[in-house]
Amino acid sequence: MGFIEFMDLKLPIYLDNNATTPCDPRVVEAMLPYFTEKFGNAASRSHAFGWVAEEAVDYAREQVAKLINAETKEIIFTSGATEADNLALKGVFEMYASKGNHIITCTTEHKAVLDTCKHIEKLGGEVTYLPVKADGLIDLAELEKAITAKTILIAIMYGNNEIGVVQPIREISAIARKHGVLFFTDATQAVGKIPVDVQADGIDLMAFSAHKMYGPKGVGALYVRRKNPRVKVTAQMDGGGHERGMRSGTMNVPGIVGFGKACEICRKEMEAEAARLSILRDKLEKGLLELEEAYVNGNTEHRLPHVANISFKYVEGEGLMMGFNKNIALSSGSACTSASLEPSYVLKALGLGDDLAHSSLRFGLGRFTTEEQIDYTIGAIKETVLKLREMSPLWEMFKEGIDLNSIEWAHH
Amino acid sequence: MAYSEKVIDHYQHPKNVGTLDKAKKNVGTGLVGAPECGDVMRLQIEVDEESGIISDAKFKTFGCGSAIASSSLATEWLKGKTVDQALAIDNMDIVEELNLPPVKIHCSVLAEDAIKAAINDYRVKNGLAELELEEKKH
Ligand SMILES: Cc1ncc(COP(=O)(O)O)c(C=O)c1O
Repeated sequence: MGFIEFMDLKLPIYLDNNATTPCDPRVVEAMLPYFTEKFGNAASRSHAFGWVAEEAVDYAREQVAKLINAETKEIIFTSGATEADNLALKGVFEMYASKGNHIITCTTEHKAVLDTCKHIEKLGGEVTYLPVKADGLIDLAELEKAITAKTILIAIMYGNNEIGVVQPIREISAIARKHGVLFFTDATQAVGKIPVDVQADGIDLMAFSAHKMYGPKGVGALYVRRKNPRVKVTAQMDGGGHERGMRSGTMNVPGIVGFGKACEICRKEMEAEAARLSILRDKLEKGLLELEEAYVNGNTEHRLPHVANISFKYVEGEGLMMGFNKNIALSSGSACTSASLEPSYVLKALGLGDDLAHSSLRFGLGRFTTEEQIDYTIGAIKETVLKLREMSPLWEMFKEGIDLNSIEWAHH
Repeated sequence: MAYSEKVIDHYQHPKNVGTLDKAKKNVGTGLVGAPECGDVMRLQIEVDEESGIISDAKFKTFGCGSAIASSSLATEWLKGKTVDQALAIDNMDIVEELNLPPVKIHCSVLAEDAIKAAINDYRVKNGLAELELEEKKH
């Protein structure tokens, strides 16, 4: 596009903040001393280098706990949300084996949860994968029906990474409480973006990650409730007994310091940021929905403020992205872009046909997204969709009133 | 994934996008692929009845950049060939010309299928026997 008004715009534009976020410069600044002069091992009790590092970790733990209204002793630092998901699921499965072996989760969870559940099944666990409704939310009645005498854990994510849908967390935790079942949530996409309060939300275990909230990659945490009830997990990483034996391994001090700083910034700025981003997101969505046959995927009322997932019917996602991916970075639910060759299982779980799943784009706005970037994006995507539809046999058939389902496609 | 320059060029400046009148006896149409698989190609040829030479070719494709480029290239190659010469176009020629990576070879196979399907449609319309086509792996 050669629009004059975008002359000063710096390209490419990053709109894939669900995949990862850039570090906030304030976070990097806080981390830097811990690589060089304050390099100590937080477990070194015998000298000042260790004490300084330990102090930094303690402070970060406070910053992290405060963001989610937890106690510092309830935070276990990990290498990220994947490890926290593994520790929560496997740790509960092992710890509560005498009580039961049944876990309830849902089909739109992140692979870090789904594949861990698959692993647990191999170890003799039973897992119920709840379907979701067409809007991506679980059915609470179905959840309650799935609970048996053997159920030990409900694992339902807070906000979905592909469509941004936010599950009814308080209703879920109430059901869990009522039946004496623990409730774990993967809140990787929600923490730091919307208010997450482990007390008010009734959460027993929660996984989250620094690099989704403007902190560094490779550090995250598992929240484990210590009161009402006291929750325990079996360690999955044995060794030096760090993190009260829950997670051995030398603490990633610079990472943890950055994580703490990122949490503090989010706590202070989240409300204003969410308001600003939801206005931009809505503008983006409104602009793109001016196209014919464009549809938002997932519930739009219960949704993270910075996420939109839209299908542009009759154009294929990877082909679409090629039209602008030199200038705009985002991701598609299309098979061709992901490593798996299957279109997004999350979109399919909503009941979308493969064709619509292939035609989807995911937009993840972030702290550094500007209105100018959104304006540019609307223009570039619209232009590409229109161009590709001119090239699409499916669009031509649709315009001629041919029902695409009436055609016998050659499947291979 | 990075695309080859040739794929990008066809994507940005596709050759012969369009529609021929499929009611005409000398027009053959091939429609291959499926929306669920993320690729649908429609390729059409118009044959000059006196010379037997393909005088025009058009395509429309729903798919990734490599699928668009494969069909665009196919239409370029088809024009000026006789129907028999067109049958000799092999998907590996397309792979080579466009530098397609292994994960995109299916796009070239689809383009070859589309050429053959268009030729068969033309043959059937003109009272010729349908050709048996070998199945290629997608
Ligand atoms: C919902 C969810 N859970 C878990 C993860 C994995 O997080 P990490 O990269 O910190 O291991 C991600 C990020 O991809 C995510 O979006």
